[in-house]
Amino acid sequence: MPDEYRKRLTKFVEMHANSELMGVLPERDWILRAPTLQRKLALTAKIQDEVGHAQLLYRVVEDLGKPREACLDDLIAGRSKFHNVFHYPTRTWGDVGVIAWLVDAAAIISQKALLKCSYAPYARIMRKICWEESFHILHGRDVILTLVTGTDGQRELVQEALDRWWEPLMMFHGNPIPADEDPMVQWRIKSQGNEEARQQFLEGYVSQVWELGLTLPDPKLRRADDGTWEYTEPDWDKLTAVVSGHGPASAERIAFRRLSRAEVEWVSRAVLAEAA
Amino acid sequence: MTAVYEVFRRERAGSAMQHAGSIVAPDERFAEIYAREQYGRRGESDALWLVPREAVNEIGEFVDEFDLKYRRVDGYSIKERLKEARERAGAAPAQPGG
Amino acid sequence: MNERAQLLLSLADDELILGWRNSEWTGIAPFLEEDVAFSSIAQNEIGHARALYELAARELGTDADALAFDRPLEEYRSAPLVELRRLEWARTIARHWLYETADAIRLDALKESDDEELAGIAAKIDREEVYHRIHAEMWIDRLLGTDEGRGRLDEALDELWPYALGVLDDALRPELVRRVEAKLGRAMQEVAPIARGRHEAELAELHEEMTMVRRSAPAGARW
Repeated sequence: MPDEYRKRLTKFVEMHANSELMGVLPERDWILRAPTLQRKLALTAKIQDEVGHAQLLYRVVEDLGKPREACLDDLIAGRSKFHNVFHYPTRTWGDVGVIAWLVDAAAIISQKALLKCSYAPYARIMRKICWEESFHILHGRDVILTLVTGTDGQRELVQEALDRWWEPLMMFHGNPIPADEDPMVQWRIKSQGNEEARQQFLEGYVSQVWELGLTLPDPKLRRADDGTWEYTEPDWDKLTAVVSGHGPASAERIAFRRLSRAEVEWVSRAVLAEAA
Repeated sequence: MTAVYEVFRRERAGSAMQHAGSIVAPDERFAEIYAREQYGRRGESDALWLVPREAVNEIGEFVDEFDLKYRRVDGYSIKERLKEARERAGAAPAQPGG
Repeated sequence: MNERAQLLLSLADDELILGWRNSEWTGIAPFLEEDVAFSSIAQNEIGHARALYELAARELGTDADALAFDRPLEEYRSAPLVELRRLEWARTIARHWLYETADAIRLDALKESDDEELAGIAAKIDREEVYHRIHAEMWIDRLLGTDEGRGRLDEALDELWPYALGVLDDALRPELVRRVEAKLGRAMQEVAPIARGRHEAELAELHEEMTMVRRSAPAGARW
């Protein structure tokens, strides 16, 4: 395996693993607050899947040569990155629906572009991840549809959440670096460029939002005659800042991870040691 | 004590066991529980095999010094000979028995 | 409220509150593989709670969610053991094992009940809890196997012991003592049980947060 390839691949998978792990944090508070038993179970199962995905991905990174403890060290020290969307706070039950529906939808598009990854262990995991995430989107859609057919207050929860999450969603697939300049595409790790992924997301989901009578906070958002979506260009510098730890909730989340890891450090010692 | 365990699974009775992934566990008791959860909590597996990675004997190097084409399909090119044989047969009357 | 409904609610409330407590580890358990496994245990418990609430709901003329969320705090019948907030691994394992041991005794008794529905659900829950017991015991053995683990676990078990006694009635309590002492190889303290009937302070906070979304829309709203 060429060195350059191994390095890029390891970093890519590590960021993916970090994202799954950090992705748990915005959502876990809502397990307690879930308003029905079914929602409580579905949300717990969804978050469990994300932890499971982190496990699968860190195993790939470990087999590529970097132990998971080193990955966690880097994550907690702010030396490694995770996806932008997990740097934002979740404020209401509307956020829970929007995340499960649209953030997971954006993620599935990226994940599908990894199914043909040149590195087989990663490609195989992506199949399992895509299969498991199919229920997340349905759960999200179910939550949203129930809210928009409920009270005015419940509808408002969704609209307000959309207004806050749209900007991070537009940045999710990354800046529009052309596919032939994208090392991840060059190395056949992903099979789709960033802009293509974003267009696919817009094509699939904007109409789903509009058909519910909900609005999106971008006056320029429209589908041109040739089928491409036009939109207000996101501030890519802001994305860079967020992803390197300067998002609204980044510090709090990293601190939480650091604390909880310190709490359980003794368990690894107790469990790794030879029996007394 | 802590080890990597390879997990194999099959979708339904009668299908082949396939390598599914791996888990890290303090011992076999833990490995069994973890494998059940990671590879079976949705009832997606009919059965699992759990094997400590160190028990797997990987064979990766094959000696290939001399020409082995005589026992492979790519060692045979019959095009020229077939053409010659057909031309030869075409010069004689086309009837069985001669 | 008749005795049967009261019993169902105690069982359901125990499983619901404990399921929530266990799900607090989601994302922050000692290692990833354990995180996934423990989350399944938490989900099973909430699933048990749901099934038990559904039985009680039929009798009380309401629905499972209403019983789980909409009762006033004083009407919950959970044991203090499950209400404690102890986001610390030794205490979590200690509580997990003590509760599963007590619950096994309780379910054994219910499986013998003349009430077919009750016996049936007890048997179903018991079959799923086999895996919880295996998991709990595995951790107990592992922690008892090192000096540091044993020290922390013993401290946790001793702290939670009076609460564990409070999960069961007088009749079933001696069996719990017997099983726990047999496993640990030592006598447990003679101490008064902290019984069902009063709530830990943490329950109010838990209940407040558990119902905040639900209370934000009028009763009967769908979620």
